[in-house]
Amino acid sequence: MRIRRTRPALAAGLVAASLALAACSNGGSADPTSSAPAGDDDAAAQTEVEVFTWWASGSEKLGLDALVAVFDEQHPNVEFVNGAVAGGAGSAAKDLLQSRLQANDPPDTFQAHAGAELTDYINAGQVEDVADLYVEFGLRDAFPADLVDRLTVDGKIYSIPSNIHRANVVWANPTVISESGLDPEASYASLDEWFEALDKVQDAGFTALSVATTWTQVHLLETILLAELGPEAYNGLWDGSTDWASAEVTAALEAFEKAMSYTNTDRDGLDWPDATQQVMDGQAAFNVMGDWAVAAFEEAGKAEGTDYIYFPVPGTHGVFDFLADSFTLPVGAPHPDGAKAWLETVGSLEGQVAFNKAKGSIPARTDADPTEFSPYQQTAITSFAEDTIVSSLAHGAATPIAWLNAISDATSKFTTGGGDLATFQAELVAAAAG
Amino acid sequence: MPRTLRRWGPPLLLISPSAVLMAVFVYGLLAANAQTSMTDIHTAAQATGREPSSFVWLDNYVALLGSPAFQHSLKNLALYTVVFLAGTMFFGFLWAWLLDRPVRFEGVFRSIYLFPMAVSFVASGVVWRWLLNSNQGEQASGLNRLFQMIGLDFLQNNWWNNVDVGIAAIAIPAIWQLSGYVMALVLAGFRGIPEELREAGRMDGASEWKLYRHVLFPQLSPVALSAVIIIGHMSLKAFDLIMAISKPANYQTKVPAIDMYVFKSSFDYASSAAVGAILLVIVAALIIPYLVHISRTEKAK
Repeated sequence: MRIRRTRPALAAGLVAASLALAACSNGGSADPTSSAPAGDDDAAAQTEVEVFTWWASGSEKLGLDALVAVFDEQHPNVEFVNGAVAGGAGSAAKDLLQSRLQANDPPDTFQAHAGAELTDYINAGQVEDVADLYVEFGLRDAFPADLVDRLTVDGKIYSIPSNIHRANVVWANPTVISESGLDPEASYASLDEWFEALDKVQDAGFTALSVATTWTQVHLLETILLAELGPEAYNGLWDGSTDWASAEVTAALEAFEKAMSYTNTDRDGLDWPDATQQVMDGQAAFNVMGDWAVAAFEEAGKAEGTDYIYFPVPGTHGVFDFLADSFTLPVGAPHPDGAKAWLETVGSLEGQVAFNKAKGSIPARTDADPTEFSPYQQTAITSFAEDTIVSSLAHGAATPIAWLNAISDATSKFTTGGGDLATFQAELVAAAAG
Repeated sequence: MPRTLRRWGPPLLLISPSAVLMAVFVYGLLAANAQTSMTDIHTAAQATGREPSSFVWLDNYVALLGSPAFQHSLKNLALYTVVFLAGTMFFGFLWAWLLDRPVRFEGVFRSIYLFPMAVSFVASGVVWRWLLNSNQGEQASGLNRLFQMIGLDFLQNNWWNNVDVGIAAIAIPAIWQLSGYVMALVLAGFRGIPEELREAGRMDGASEWKLYRHVLFPQLSPVALSAVIIIGHMSLKAFDLIMAISKPANYQTKVPAIDMYVFKSSFDYASSAAVGAILLVIVAALIIPYLVHISRTEKAK
C-alpha cells in the first residue's frame, strides 16, 4: 500500500521536471549533428577546409559556388567542405557557430560581418590576428586605406573581407513618382526636400516609403543619422566622440520619426524582399535598402531607368555606408593551412571578381576592372574608391552585437508606439553606455 | 537477499537508463542553468573564461524584473496565456457539447476540429502572418480584406501590431490549433459519464441545461483542470508561433522566451539563463499545485 501512495508524488516530480526542461530549452537551436568531425591528421599533403557560411541559396549561393571554382583552381590539393547553414538571414548559422566556438569545435574558417561585430569573438580569444596574411597576400595595398582602418582593432586585423555592400541607397519606382506629379529625374539635396516629395506621393495614395521589420527600420535610422549628422559625427556615435543625448541627435531622430510616418503599416510582418517588392509592384515609391536589392530587381527582369532608379539617401552624397562579409581564422581551427589557402583565394583578385560578379556586391580590392561588372556595380565601385567610407550599424560593422540589439529594441519600441521620442533617445544613450 | 534482488533488480535495471539520462540532462542542466543565472557572464569573453566572472547571487533577477522591457514581456505573456486559455476552453467545450448530442457525421466534424493540431506552429504561423496583415483600407489583405468584402469594415484592425494588446492576436492561431484538442478531451469526459446519470436527471425533471449545469459539467472538472494545465504550460513556453508570425526584435510581441533567445544571441548567457529560470518558476507555479492536488485526491481514494 505504501508504494502505491508514493507513486503519484514521484510521478509528479518527474512530470514537473520534464516540463521545466521543455520550458527552458526553447531558445537553443544548435544542432551538433551537422558539425563535421574534426581531426583526420593522417592526411599528408592533402588537406581540407571547412568553410562555415550562411550562403545557402539565391545569389549568395551562386557567389559561393563561383568563389569555390576559383579556389579549386588555385589550391587543387585542398578539399573544400561546405559548412553552409541555411535559415533566418544568418541567425541560424550564427547560433550554431556560437555553440561550436563555445565547445572548442571551430570550423576552419567562418563568415562574419567585418568590423565591430567581430568584437565578441576577438575578446573571447576565438579568432586569430591575420595582419601577417595581409602583408603576405599584399592586401594592404589592394584594399582602400579607409577600409583597412575600419577593420583594424588595436593594430590587429581579424578577418579578410570578400565583398563590399553599400547600405545608404534609395530604390525608387519612376512610374509611381511621375503619377504622384513629381519628376523622377529630380535629385534631393537634403532629407527635408525629400520629405516634401514623400508628402506628394502619400497624397497621391501610394505608400511613400516602404520599410519592413525592425532591422530594416534600424537600417533606415542609420542612414538618417548619417544624413543629418554627417560622416564625421556619425562615426563619432560609435567611438564616443558624438554625444547621443545631443540636440543634433534629437533632430536626427525627429527626421527618423517623420520618415517612419510615410511607411506602410504592415512593416513589422515583412522582411526586406517584401518591402523592395512593393516598389517593384508600384505600391510604394521609395525604399531604403542595401545594394543587394539590385539583385532582386534584376531577378524580376526589371530594367534600370524605366522600372527602377536608385540614388544615395538624400543628405549622404559622397558617403559610402559600407558593410562587408569577411572570413576569419578561428583559434584552434583543425586545418589552419586549408584555412589560409581559403583566405588567400578570398583576398585574391580572381576570387573577388568571380564572387562579386555572381553575388551582386563589389570587390573590396580597388584593382578590379569595373567594366566586368553591371552598371549599378560600376557606380558603387566608383563611389567606394572616391567617397568617405563609414561603417553600417544595422549590419554589424559599427557596433558589437549587444549594442546593436539594444538599439534594435529601442527602435522597435519607438516605431510601434511603445514610447515617445525622449524615451527613445534616452534608451539610445543607455545603449551606448552599455 | 536473492529474493529482494529478484524483486527489485529488473525494475531498477529498466528504470536506470532513463533515470541516469534525466539526472544528467534534466536536473544536471537545470543546476547548470541556475548556476549561470547567478554569475555576471554577460560577454563571450567571460563565457570562455578569458575574462573573470563572479558570482552575483540574484542580481540578474533583480535587474531583469526591474527593467521595463522585461516587465513588458511578462505582461505580454500573461495576456497571451489568458486569451489562449479562455479561447481554447470556450471553443473546446462548445464543440464537444455540440458533438455530444447525436449528430450525423460526428466523426467527420471531430476530425475537422482536431486536424489543425496536426499542423506545426511554424507552418500555421506562416499562413497566419499573412491572414493577420495589419494593413487597412486600400492596401488591406488577409482578414482585414475579408472584413471589407463582407461589409464589416469596422472590424479591421492592426492585429498583432497593436503595442498594448497585439500579443492577443497571436493567440488566435493558437486557439485555432488547440481548441480541437480540448474538444477531444472534453468529449471523452462526456462519454465517460454513465448514461444512467443522464436518465436519472431527466426522470427528476431536469431541463437539458440543468442537466449539463448540475450533472455533467461538475463531473468534467478533472478533465477541465487537465486541459488548463496542458494548454497553460504550452502557452507559457510560447516561442515558435511568435517567431513564425512576428520577429524576435519586434517590441509588440516580446515574451520571456524571445528575450532568452535574444540575450543568448548577444552572448549574454547570464541574463538568458535567468530568463529561463524565471520561466521555469512560472510554469512550476502552475504545475506543482496541480500535482499536489492530484496526489491528494489519489490518497483520499
